[in-house]
Amino acid sequence: MTDQARIRNFSIIAHIDHGKSTLADRLLELTGAVTQREMRSQLLDSMDIERERGITIKAQAVRLMHEHKGVVHALNLIDTPGHVDFSYEVSRSLASCEGAVLLVDASQGIEAQTLANAYLAVENGLEIIPVINKIDLPAADPDKVAQEITGILGGSVDEVIRVSAKTGEGIDLLLDAIVERLPAPEGLEHGPLRALVFDSYYDTYRGVVSYLRVIDGHLDKGDQVHFMATKLDEGADEVGYLTPAVEPVPRLSTGEVGYLITGVKDIDLIRVGDTVTSSADGAVDALPGYQEPKPMVYSGLFPTDGDDFERLRDALDKLRLNDASLVFQPESSRALGFGFRCGFLGLLHMEIVRERLEREYDLDLVATAPSVEYRAIVQGGEEVTVRSPQDLPDPGQTVRIEEPYVKVMIITPSEYVGTVMELVQSKRGEMGEMTYLTPERVELHYRLPLSEIVFDFFDQLKSRTKGYASMDYEPDNYRASNLVKVDILLNGLSVDAFSSIVHRDRSYGYGKAMVSRLRELIPRQLFDVPIQAAVGGRIISRETVKAKRKDVIAKCYGGDISRKRKLLEKQKAGKRRMKMVGQVEVPQEAFVAALRIDE
Amino acid sequence: MESFELHAPDSAALADAARHWRAAYVHIPFCARRCPYCDFAVVTPDEQVGPHRRYVDALVSEIGMEPHWQPLDALFIGGGTPSQLEPDQLALVIAALAERFGFAAHHEVTMEANPEDWDAETADGFLAAGVNRVSFGVQSFDATVLASLGRLHNAEQAVDAVHVAKAAGFDSVNIDLIYGAVGETVASWRATVERGLATEPDHVSMYSLTVEPGTALSRAVGAGAPAPDEDDLADKYELGSEMMDRAGLVRYEVSNFARPGATVRYNMTAWAQGEYLAFGLGAHGHREQVRRRNVRRLSAYLDMVESGNRPQAGADRIGGWSREVERVFLGIRRAAGVEAGSAGAQLLAGADGQRLVGAGILSDDWGRLRVLRPLLTDEVSRAVLSLSP
Repeated sequence: MTDQARIRNFSIIAHIDHGKSTLADRLLELTGAVTQREMRSQLLDSMDIERERGITIKAQAVRLMHEHKGVVHALNLIDTPGHVDFSYEVSRSLASCEGAVLLVDASQGIEAQTLANAYLAVENGLEIIPVINKIDLPAADPDKVAQEITGILGGSVDEVIRVSAKTGEGIDLLLDAIVERLPAPEGLEHGPLRALVFDSYYDTYRGVVSYLRVIDGHLDKGDQVHFMATKLDEGADEVGYLTPAVEPVPRLSTGEVGYLITGVKDIDLIRVGDTVTSSADGAVDALPGYQEPKPMVYSGLFPTDGDDFERLRDALDKLRLNDASLVFQPESSRALGFGFRCGFLGLLHMEIVRERLEREYDLDLVATAPSVEYRAIVQGGEEVTVRSPQDLPDPGQTVRIEEPYVKVMIITPSEYVGTVMELVQSKRGEMGEMTYLTPERVELHYRLPLSEIVFDFFDQLKSRTKGYASMDYEPDNYRASNLVKVDILLNGLSVDAFSSIVHRDRSYGYGKAMVSRLRELIPRQLFDVPIQAAVGGRIISRETVKAKRKDVIAKCYGGDISRKRKLLEKQKAGKRRMKMVGQVEVPQEAFVAALRIDE
Repeated sequence: MESFELHAPDSAALADAARHWRAAYVHIPFCARRCPYCDFAVVTPDEQVGPHRRYVDALVSEIGMEPHWQPLDALFIGGGTPSQLEPDQLALVIAALAERFGFAAHHEVTMEANPEDWDAETADGFLAAGVNRVSFGVQSFDATVLASLGRLHNAEQAVDAVHVAKAAGFDSVNIDLIYGAVGETVASWRATVERGLATEPDHVSMYSLTVEPGTALSRAVGAGAPAPDEDDLADKYELGSEMMDRAGLVRYEVSNFARPGATVRYNMTAWAQGEYLAFGLGAHGHREQVRRRNVRRLSAYLDMVESGNRPQAGADRIGGWSREVERVFLGIRRAAGVEAGSAGAQLLAGADGQRLVGAGILSDDWGRLRVLRPLLTDEVSRAVLSLSP
């Protein structure tokens, strides 16, 4: 055990690419947690996708031993996911800390997500140490960035530490500042046990491993513990530190950070934000801030080959072992066959899940357009949850439809304010506050329908501001909207995979774009194929894929036979990858490409 | 071989009899230049290895390596451009074949020729060498189209070539036409067919311009040049077919039209899944259920033959079900259609076959399959090739 006075618990708040992982590597190296030989670049990001995308998906923790003025301190670095989809996980990581290192790129300045998380840290009463990274780069302007940070968060420019995580310059100063400036934990050492679960993962051999921060009391190996949200009682088979290797210890005492293994196999039972207490004479009040996992975006995932349905189910089950925020249930589509409607924390989460399914489980998938969760109020006042256009009740029975809004914060160089406003207005946004962080940088607040930002809002924001703007969002309320379902009919048959819920003002544009896109994507068949967009039975757009007229190899002589046969067999194999929608053969790419529609 | 003069070009009896003919193919790869759409084994002057005579000698050696066979009913000398050879050079090759295998009575010997190589003297020379049928690469009578196809002759040379060949006494004259080139209007195509028919050919092969991978045309299309348009090609095919029909030329295969008695025996053999020997660069043969192909590089071909080896690049045994499927896939290209057999019966019994019959593309007349809309033949071919025993 370690005396609370010699513990410091902190997170690093940083934007993607601002060097958080490199800084973590350097801290590990300098405190001797890993030797140079063991050093693998970006040690904390263990998943391949994390390393490729340069982001941290799951929080992790590491205990660093650092001697300061002759006294050895335990510094617990709690890593946080760096993306807006995982803001709840970030909030739980921050709640496990007394302080945070706010890491900002010396050439980029502070970004919206970083700022949102910094505000969150301040609200949680965390002490902030501002750090400017990459001071070795030629484009670095640490003075300007230091002014920007202190302008937003207060404090003096002298308190801003300047480092290069790459070269190691200034890291010793940062370690000293962590000990000197961050408060030690002040938990009740003799109170009943309360430990906050800030992350968990599934290990094939050990079952669910929880990462937690002991707030009050202590957690001993062999204790009978109680998970307050899921009301689960289990024995603490093993507790220990992460150094970063697992190091079993008899006890985690007040203020410490470590792991707990109970033998639980179901990750659903151990949730981020839950409070662990003792089964006997445990705490009465759980730690604040727990939330049930809540998907923001839904999409249908269908195997390209219908025979892969069971494999897809297995793969989703396996992914869920490590990701309690992933929810799914079987869904059947007339066009796509059997698949799953899946709920995700956000678009990045959705993309990561899809990529992992395709990459790690070798599945070929068709994903339907992402949808948010609408509410339809039907006559009689009953509320229907709508996660897919197919869930929409009959328009005649529907009193109103409500859609979720989000509060969006955007930080942009001031020269792009007009561009950003234009974009947000085109997405039905309502402008809120606008603050100049510095004369060159503006913080803008909006309320927007979630459905408008789940498609390509972020990409458009980036491209219209040459990559300079950044954004963060959080859920707001539900509002009634004039929403309609646009159906797409192929040869007279409605294709569920292509239908979508859109604002009435957009329905014509959406229908027209979708129909003309499909006309390009659907190959000519043996008969004319009409493609129509309809709202409530009224056709709003129509195009026709004319019947195929010529499909024959011109020459097939003695010298051509083997080659032409191979060519035809290849074409045939291509046809097998088509989905039959009624009598119409639709290539897989059509589903993907049509849904990537951008009005 | 019995004479089939009395049979119509699209006769089923004729089409099926071709299965038992003996044919041979000889490839002459030399061309003055490579046409942008061509993906054949071609050697241009700057790629030449040694004089033409060296290649002719290699051909003669290769012929000597082929196991003995029966007399040939049909020989096809294709290219490249066979008319790049001197008549006496070609005579050596034909003589070697005659010596090794012999020729049947009423045999056919076709050579391909470019109009710009052709005059009365060469015509007499090739005739004396044993050629009795000539096929001209006319392609078009429109100067713009000829230029876009990279051809070196003009319309007058094409007309003259046909007349010279007829006057010289060739049994049968064919012209090749290509539709769908960039810049070719329907009116231009109509004029080409009219002028072509006015030369009174015995046979016309009418090809849609095809973008073959690895050609200059394919690279141009990849870089954004217009690709042949499906509707334009279909319009031109339909127009061309109608004009042939009115001129008394009967369609007997997707792209081939002939007056009665003028069908090409060599090609008829291949479509009937019959056997044919093959000699020369990149040539493909079919004998005893094996399809074999020669190397495509001239230096490799010469080295192998000159060191006493067969210049083979690869071979596939086509037997059992694969052979049955191939029989239908080849035969279905003919207007005469093909015996349904076990593959055809299975096709008709399945969903694909029913769909094709329902769409009016395929017909079944007492166990004989016919494609009613030749422009959609590959719909049927793919359905056949996806059958399993």
